[in-house]
Amino acid sequence: MIEITNLVKTFGQIKAVDNISFQVKQGEVLGFLGPNGAGKTTTMKMITGFYEPTDGQITVGGLDVVKNSLATRRQIGYLPETVPLYDDMKVYEYLKFVAEIRDLPQDKFLPRLREVVEKCGLQKVVGKNIDELSKGYRQRVGLAQAIMHDPEILILDEPTTGLDPNQIIEIRELIKQIGKEKTVLFSTHILAEAQATCDRIIIINKGEIVGEGKPAELMSQFGGPAEFYLKIKAPESQALAYFKTLPGIDAAKQQDKESDDIVGYSLLSAEPEAREKIALAMLKQGWPILEFRQAQASLEEVFRELTK
Amino acid sequence: MIKRDPHYIRTIYILFKKELAAYFNSPIAYIFIGAFLVVGNWLFFKNFFLLGQASLRGYFVLLPWLFMFLAPALTMRLWAEEKKMGTIEFLLTLPITNWQAVLAKFFSAVAFLAITLGLTLSLPLSVARLGSLDFGPVIGSYVGAILLGGAYLALGLFVSSLTRNQIIAFILALAACFLLFIVGEDFVISGIPKALVPVAQFVGLGQRFANIARGVIDSRDFIYYASLIWFWLWLNVKALEGRKWQ
Repeated sequence: MIEITNLVKTFGQIKAVDNISFQVKQGEVLGFLGPNGAGKTTTMKMITGFYEPTDGQITVGGLDVVKNSLATRRQIGYLPETVPLYDDMKVYEYLKFVAEIRDLPQDKFLPRLREVVEKCGLQKVVGKNIDELSKGYRQRVGLAQAIMHDPEILILDEPTTGLDPNQIIEIRELIKQIGKEKTVLFSTHILAEAQATCDRIIIINKGEIVGEGKPAELMSQFGGPAEFYLKIKAPESQALAYFKTLPGIDAAKQQDKESDDIVGYSLLSAEPEAREKIALAMLKQGWPILEFRQAQASLEEVFRELTK
Repeated sequence: MIKRDPHYIRTIYILFKKELAAYFNSPIAYIFIGAFLVVGNWLFFKNFFLLGQASLRGYFVLLPWLFMFLAPALTMRLWAEEKKMGTIEFLLTLPITNWQAVLAKFFSAVAFLAITLGLTLSLPLSVARLGSLDFGPVIGSYVGAILLGGAYLALGLFVSSLTRNQIIAFILALAACFLLFIVGEDFVISGIPKALVPVAQFVGLGQRFANIARGVIDSRDFIYYASLIWFWLWLNVKALEGRKWQ
C-alpha cells in the first residue's frame, strides 16, 4: 500500500532521513519506532505530501506522492505529532469542514459524524470550542479528523503522547480496531505500545532503519540474554556457586539481601525456556522461590541495542 | 499550476467560508475596522466643511494611507498563525493545491475588506444629502478602492507566509505597502537611475490611485492591478512550495 524506496531528506547540512526503504502492506498495522529525532516524523511528512523528498520515491496505492499528490492525499488520513487544530472553531464545525473539503457527500455527513464521534468518544464535546478541550480530547478530535473520510491509509504521528494511561489504552484499542480493515502506520517511542498494537515494527535511528520485523522476530534476532530477578530462601554460600553450574545461565550475581538466607539474584540467560529451567532447578534444590520475574522486556533491550 | 478539476472552485469556496468565518471569530479584525472607520471619517469631515464641496475626493485620497494599515492587519494572521499553530501541516496535507489555499485566503481577505468598505457607504449617502453629489466618480472610486485593497492584501498575504510571527508580518507588510505606494512618486523618481524610472512609474501605486480618486478607471488600471495581485499570489504559492520550516 505504501512503498518507500531509497528515501532521503536533507535540511541544509543535516540528513534527517538517510536512504531508507520499506513497505507497508494493505491491512497491516506497522509501528515506526525510534528515539526522538530519529526521522520518523520527517518520513511521515513526506508520505503525506507536506515535505518533498530530497531523493528517492514514495508511492501510495501505486501512485507517486510527488507527481500525484492530490490523489495520494485523498487516500490518507493524517494526525500530525503536534495535533494542530483550529482553536477558534467548534468541534462539529471543524469536522464538518474536514468532511466537506474531503468531498464526503452531504447526505452521508451526519451518519458518518455520529459514527466518528462515537468511535472517538467525543459525545460530550461536539458542541464545544476546540480551545476549551483538554489534551486528551484534542488528541481524539485529531483522530476523528483523520478518519472522517474513511481513508484506506491512516498515518498517526505519536498518537498517544500526553495522554493518561486510560486514554492511551482507549486510543490503542481504536488503532487496533481500525487496523483490522485499514492500513495503519504509526510512530511511537514507547515500546510496549508497539508490542501491543503492531503486526510489524520498524526501528529507525539517526535517519536509518536499524531493525525490522514482527515483535517476536526482532527479539530473537537482536535480543541479547534476558535478565531475570530471582529471590530465594537458600544458604548464601551455596546458591551463587550452584547457579554457575546450571546449564543455560550465562552469568549470575547477587543483587540485594533481605536477611542472611533470603537473597535476590540477577541471572542472565539467552535460552528461550530459561524460566522453566530455573524454576524446576530451584524446586529440585528445595529452595523456595519468593520472587521471580523478567527484569526487562526483551524488546526494550533490542531497542537500546539498536539505537545506541 | 491550475488543473482542470470539476471541484476546483468548490474546494476554494469551502476554504473561503472557513477563512471568512475565522475573521468574524477574531476580535482583532473588528478593532481594526472600528479604528479604520473612526479615523477615516474624522480626517475626511475635518476638511470637508472647510472646502464646502459635495465631493468624496478627499476621502479617496486618504484611502491608500488607511488601507496601508488595515490590509496588513487583515492579512498578518492568515499564514503566520497557521505556521505558529502547526495547522499549516493539516491544511497543506488536505487534498488541495497550494493555489487553492492561497486564493481562498486572498478572497476571504478581499471579502472582509469589501464588507468594511460597505460600512463607509454612509459617507456618500450623507454627503448626497448635504449637496448634489455626482455618483459616477464615487462608484468608480469604490471599484478602484477594492482593486487597491486587493493589491495590498495580496502583498500582505505573501509577507505573512514568510514568518510565524503576526507582529512581524504586520510591520513588514506595512513597510512593503508603503514602498509600493511611494515608488512612483516624484522624489523617488528623481533619485533612482534613469533606466529604472519607467519601471518605478509603472509599479508605483500612488500615481495610479490618483486617477482612481478622481473616479476614472481605464483598462490599463485593471491590467495593472490584476497583474500586481497575481504576482504577489504567485510568490506566495512559491513560498509554500519551498516549505522547509520545521
